[in-house]
Amino acid sequence: MDSSKLLGITTFIYLFSSVIYLIIFIFRVKKIGLLATVLTIIGLLVNTAGIGMRWLESYQMGIGHAPLSNMYESLVFFAWSIVLLYIFVEFIYKNKVIGAFALPFAFVSMAYASLSPQFSDRITPLVPALQSNWLIAHVFTCFIGYAAFAVACGTGIMYLVKSRDKGDSPNSLLATLPPLKVIDDITHKVILFGFIWLSAGIISGAVWANSAWGTYWSWDPKETWSLITWFIYASALHARFTRGWGGKRIAWISILGFLAVVFTYYGVNFLLSGLHSYGAS
Amino acid sequence: MKNKNSFWEFFASVKLALFCFFTLAIASILGTIIPQGKESIFYIQKYGEGVAEVFRLLDVPNMYSSWWFVSLLSLFSINLIVCSIERLPTVWKLVTMDNLATKVNRLEKMTPRMQFGTAKPLQEVAVEVEQTLNNSGWKPSRRETDGGTLFFSQKTPWVRFGVYIVHFSILVIFAGAIIGTFFGYKGSIMARERSTFSQFFKFPDNARQPLGFDIRVNEFELTHYDTGAPKEYRSDLTVIDNGQEVLHKSIVVNDPLDYKGYTFYQASYQASDEYWVTIQNQNTGLSRTFQARPGVELKWPEAGITFGIINLMDPDQWGRYRLKIWFSDGKGEPSVFWLDGETVVSVERLDAPYAFKSKQVFATGLQVAKDPGVWPVYIGCTLMLIGLIVAFFLSHKRLWIYIKEDENKTKILVTGSTNKNKAGFENMFDALIEKLEDNENLKLSKE
Repeated sequence: MDSSKLLGITTFIYLFSSVIYLIIFIFRVKKIGLLATVLTIIGLLVNTAGIGMRWLESYQMGIGHAPLSNMYESLVFFAWSIVLLYIFVEFIYKNKVIGAFALPFAFVSMAYASLSPQFSDRITPLVPALQSNWLIAHVFTCFIGYAAFAVACGTGIMYLVKSRDKGDSPNSLLATLPPLKVIDDITHKVILFGFIWLSAGIISGAVWANSAWGTYWSWDPKETWSLITWFIYASALHARFTRGWGGKRIAWISILGFLAVVFTYYGVNFLLSGLHSYGAS
Repeated sequence: MKNKNSFWEFFASVKLALFCFFTLAIASILGTIIPQGKESIFYIQKYGEGVAEVFRLLDVPNMYSSWWFVSLLSLFSINLIVCSIERLPTVWKLVTMDNLATKVNRLEKMTPRMQFGTAKPLQEVAVEVEQTLNNSGWKPSRRETDGGTLFFSQKTPWVRFGVYIVHFSILVIFAGAIIGTFFGYKGSIMARERSTFSQFFKFPDNARQPLGFDIRVNEFELTHYDTGAPKEYRSDLTVIDNGQEVLHKSIVVNDPLDYKGYTFYQASYQASDEYWVTIQNQNTGLSRTFQARPGVELKWPEAGITFGIINLMDPDQWGRYRLKIWFSDGKGEPSVFWLDGETVVSVERLDAPYAFKSKQVFATGLQVAKDPGVWPVYIGCTLMLIGLIVAFFLSHKRLWIYIKEDENKTKILVTGSTNKNKAGFENMFDALIEKLEDNENLKLSKE
């Protein structure tokens, strides 16, 4: 079993998980809740095995490095982070409907990695700039943060969907969603979590840049966009802590923030030039 | 009390913080869309003369160091400082306040709250309560008050400073950046193999900056993967200070050389059309290395040798090349042979066999930096992470137990508060209540 097969299977498992979570949400079939969770955990394990296998294969090819070096590998890792974080959230909040808003992000990430002709799934050797122990620390911290913001975006959307519910029909689709207060609380906590990891990601990038180029900050577009993302979430936190912002406004910020994340992660590579160009292949 | 005016309040406000976040974000976006640091002609061609003139006036081509962007950052810093000065005294009071002085009628309104009664005398109850608190990790202090006994215990009151640690950390990072701007140097130097340099060229004006010591570039080596992609750029450097070789290091990207506050980074390289050709007389062991340019005749008079590169196949994407050498030691017919890159070729002559090897001549491009502000920046970053964890995930938990004699009964009031994570605190609170209820010596009944 090679890594690309394992990662292909992962894509399908995430697709099935997404479908089952959506069925739980839309048709309120609570019985298959366990199936969704078990399948998602299996998906995460296969995903983990795929990443591990790819790591191993790179060593067998004599160009061993952590599989975090290009767009394909980072999308796979992004999906992995989202699912890991989601399972954690499901475990804490004991609510499976959130899965319908989180798992699709993981599936889209995996599917995009495998299907886009733009990205090659070939294992390529590391260019000298990436040959550093900071690679793992930097990518890991950034992507845990990105995954948190993806989940927060999902719960933010969930909040906006639910808030259209006027409460007149207790049997409506939206009644299965957790109460607004709970969704708001999840969004907020996940943003807090993501904010720490994003900060750690920016800092590890700065330390790495300083050890590779002698400049910890050079206003490179990727750096700048990560800072813009940081500003967006910092605003959300300040507005909430001091002005009591919550509900719809935080939900919208969680979506806006995630758009900034997507642009930082993806858009910058293709629309703006800079130091992170190796991420584009 | 401080005499507050609206000016002060403006600088302390969260509104200003949000304004700073917003404008800094928008300005930063502009800076990523409009290419930075280009020649003025670039902006005229791309945006037209009028727009380019506006750009010039607003220093858009170097936006991140422009007066207005720096002013925004300064405003943000002032905001951080003033808001911290404004709020710290309140927080300080909260952290250091005498919680045993809390009025009982306030305790009676707090949640979560539990009230019990027991037939045991107050002194006995107090001893048991104190012991239960100690056993549950709440180390209480005690005071006789309002005709009863009040126990108080708290956990991690200092976490209320967490958010100010984060604010302070940003100022420390800015301080580091300012130190770097005024006392640091950035620059670069391109140096050929086997040459020595004692200065570099500063950014952005290319002014010469003497190092106060010498660095010799012994060798530059470029290796490739099988695919032809570059695998490693390696420069072998020796530091020479006061005529002494004091330090030797091979640097690669991500592993620079540090000496006397300067750091030398592997940044780029230039390949030349010349080759180092080393010739060794294998009988005498004598050898010499020449810097050979194709088509130019070279002499080693002591050995009576004349040679030159008369033809070559240029380096391919793996850096592989071939040199055609013409060689004469003045005895017999000259030898003509191909010498492949990085291999040794032995040539039999009448007098002795000669060994040849070659290597392309490179210049290495080094980035040079001296930044005394890096450590403050790193300290600031560490503080920020610590502060964020404290501010987000730790909470200040307070617990009061008030015991009072009332009509032959002893009444017990248990209450507490937390500044965040209410659910977590309530779990802790319930666990404590359970312990008190389970205490056989107390025989509590709910009221």
